[in-house]
Order: sequence, then structure tokens, then C-alpha cells
Amino acid sequence: MLVRDDVIEYSLDAHHSEEEGRKIRRKIWLVTLLLSVVTTVEVTLGAYWKDWFDHSAWNTIKWTYVVLTLVKATYIVMSFMHLGDERRNIRAIILVPYALFILYLVFIAIWESQYIHWLWETYL
Amino acid sequence: MAGDATKTLSNDVLWGGGRSPFSISYGKMMMWFFLVSDALTFSGLLTAYGFVRHSTTEAWPIGEEVFRALPFTNGSFPLIYVALMTAILIFSSVTMVLAVEAGHRMDKGGVIKWLFATVLGGAFFVGSQAWEWSHFIHGGGGYITTTQGDKYWVHNDEHDTHDPTAHDSFHLVKAVEGHYLKGEEGAEHLDRNASLAIWNDRVSYVDGANMRRNEYGPPQYANFFFFITGFHGFHVFSGVIINLIVLIMVVRGVFHRRGHYEMVEKAGLYWHFVDLVWVFVFTFFYLL
Repeated sequence: MLVRDDVIEYSLDAHHSEEEGRKIRRKIWLVTLLLSVVTTVEVTLGAYWKDWFDHSAWNTIKWTYVVLTLVKATYIVMSFMHLGDERRNIRAIILVPYALFILYLVFIAIWESQYIHWLWETYL
Repeated sequence: MAGDATKTLSNDVLWGGGRSPFSISYGKMMMWFFLVSDALTFSGLLTAYGFVRHSTTEAWPIGEEVFRALPFTNGSFPLIYVALMTAILIFSSVTMVLAVEAGHRMDKGGVIKWLFATVLGGAFFVGSQAWEWSHFIHGGGGYITTTQGDKYWVHNDEHDTHDPTAHDSFHLVKAVEGHYLKGEEGAEHLDRNASLAIWNDRVSYVDGANMRRNEYGPPQYANFFFFITGFHGFHVFSGVIINLIVLIMVVRGVFHRRGHYEMVEKAGLYWHFVDLVWVFVFTFFYLL
């Protein structure tokens, strides 16, 4: 064993017993099931929505996709990447700056692009 | 999980020095910082895609119409292949998290088993992407533009794009404006002679895809396809290499001697991130 005793070895924090491992694995498979179901719903909707709904439904379906994607992303980050098990301050340092940038980028992609679209339609 | 992260500590103790205020090792924290910056790169790419798609005045291709082929078949299976790729990547993410879990129990055999499965899944994904690219580049027959500016979808059963007229099955179908690989509502498949007359009147023939033009829609569509899925595919490829190196180190017992398998956890963070990016690419490039 090369574990150092002069510093706090945070790498050992995640160690757990056989008993706890069983619970964690159960949770992993539950998350897997959830991710698979959501993906199946997305693909089925993408392939058949035109047979089920008329064209006006597209906007709702689009936002359903975005929400489902965010649900998947949350489970991957919080459960698979164990960010949910970390201290609250590291969670904030990872997520908050990113969220701020993303809001700005979403604004560019949706709002500014509409304006450029209008310009091209009007003056080109 | 037990350990420092779940302890309640006062801010004075937490930030008083001699410990990490985040109760996290240096390596893991740096991996997270790297992932945030990498996530911003991908966000930038997807934002650029969204911007171009919303601002263009041309018709934009639809995912379920472009990506509908399956290997070894001839039928139409919208998005099934991409869904299969997504499933492969999600499951290799699951095997990775199981490898990390085995590492937390110092179960060397378990780590080797699940990490090997992860490498295999990643290799499968890269291979699938190669097929997808090949199919995208070769295309579905292409379209011609006549001197009058009409567009026709080019058909032949052999999918020959070098000399489509050489086959008996060659014929044209009047295409929908903006979606040239789709017949107009109720458009008939023209017979061979009528098709040949229009074919000889063509000013251009676009088939498949390259960086300058493609049969699916505006040039930017193929450019974004190549750049976004290519950049992601490169991440998957490097992830497979990293996992392979870690796997060899696990087999040699490096981490067992060290007393913890945190290296598997760090490689795992990167691998889950690659999966996370694909979830977004899948939605914003293929579904929307």
C-alpha cells in the first residue's frame, strides 16, 4: 500500500463494502433502465410522430425532446459521474459558471439567429 | 458514500487550510475543470449549428429523412441506426460505472471485466460512426438540376452514382423543393426515356456529401455533421485509448498496490462525459 498518511487521502473516501456495493449497483441498473426508456421514447417519437399528430404538434415535441435530454443529462452527471455525491461547493463550481455561459449561448442560438433570419428574408 | 465529502464541517475548518475545501483529490478536480471547458467547446459547436439552422432561409434537412439506413438491409429505418449507436454508448457508460464501483471494493477482477466491456463498447461505437460517415458521404442517389431550375431525385437500384444511366433501373422523380431526396406529393417515377431526356438537360448533378456541397441540403449541414460528429468521434477514440491504457495498468496491478482505483474513476469521468455529449448531439443534430 502506497497510501500517504501526511495528507488527507480523498481517493479513499469512495471505498465501500460489499453490502453498500449491492445497493449502488441496484441504483446503477435503475438509472440504466431510465436512460434506455427515455431514449426509446425519443426515437419512437422521432420516427412516428407524423403518423400520430399533425404538424402543429412539432413545437411541443421539440420542447419535449429538450426536456427529456436534460433529464438524461442530469442522471448521467449526478449518478454516473457521482457529482451528486460530492460536496455542495464543488457541485456549484462545476455547474453554475457553465449554466451562465449556456444561457448566453441559448440566447444567441434562438434569439439572434431569428433576427439574422429576418434580415436575410427582408434584404436578400 | 462515506468519507470526507459527507462530513459536516464548519467553513473555518473547511477553508482554514491543510485540506481541500471541496473534499476532493487534485486529479479529480482537474478532470472536472477540463470537462467543463470541453463541454463549452461542444456547446459552442451545437450553438453554431442552431444559429445557422435558425438563421438560414433555405430548407434544412430533417434527421429522420437523412439517417434511415441500416447495414445489411435495403429498407427504410428512420433513426434506428443512430439509436443503436446511442444504446451502445449508454451501455458502455454503464459498464464503466460498474468498473468504478468494483474499484471502490478493491475488486481487481471486477474492474478488469467491466473496463474490458467498456473498451469493447467504445470500439463498436467508433466503428458504427465510420459506417455512418461512409453512408452519409456516398448518399442516396443524388439529385440533378435542369436548365429550367427543376430538381429531380436520381434513382437506380444499384446505387451507382458514377454513371447512374448505365442501369436499366435508372429513372428520375420530381423532387420537393429543399428536400431533394423525396418525391413531390404524388409525383410519379418517370420512365427511362423521359428520364434520359431530362438527364441530358441537367446543369448539375449533386450526389452524396463533401465539404462544398451535399444532396441533403445547404453545405453547412454536411459541414456541421462532419465537424460535430467528427469531433465527438475523436473524443470517443481517445477515450478508448485512455481506457485501454488504464486497463493495462489495472491488469498489471498498479492501482491495487496504490491502495485505490481512482484512476479508473477519472478515466470514467471522461468516458461519461463523452456519453453526455452524445446525448446532446443525438437530440440537437438528429432529432430536432
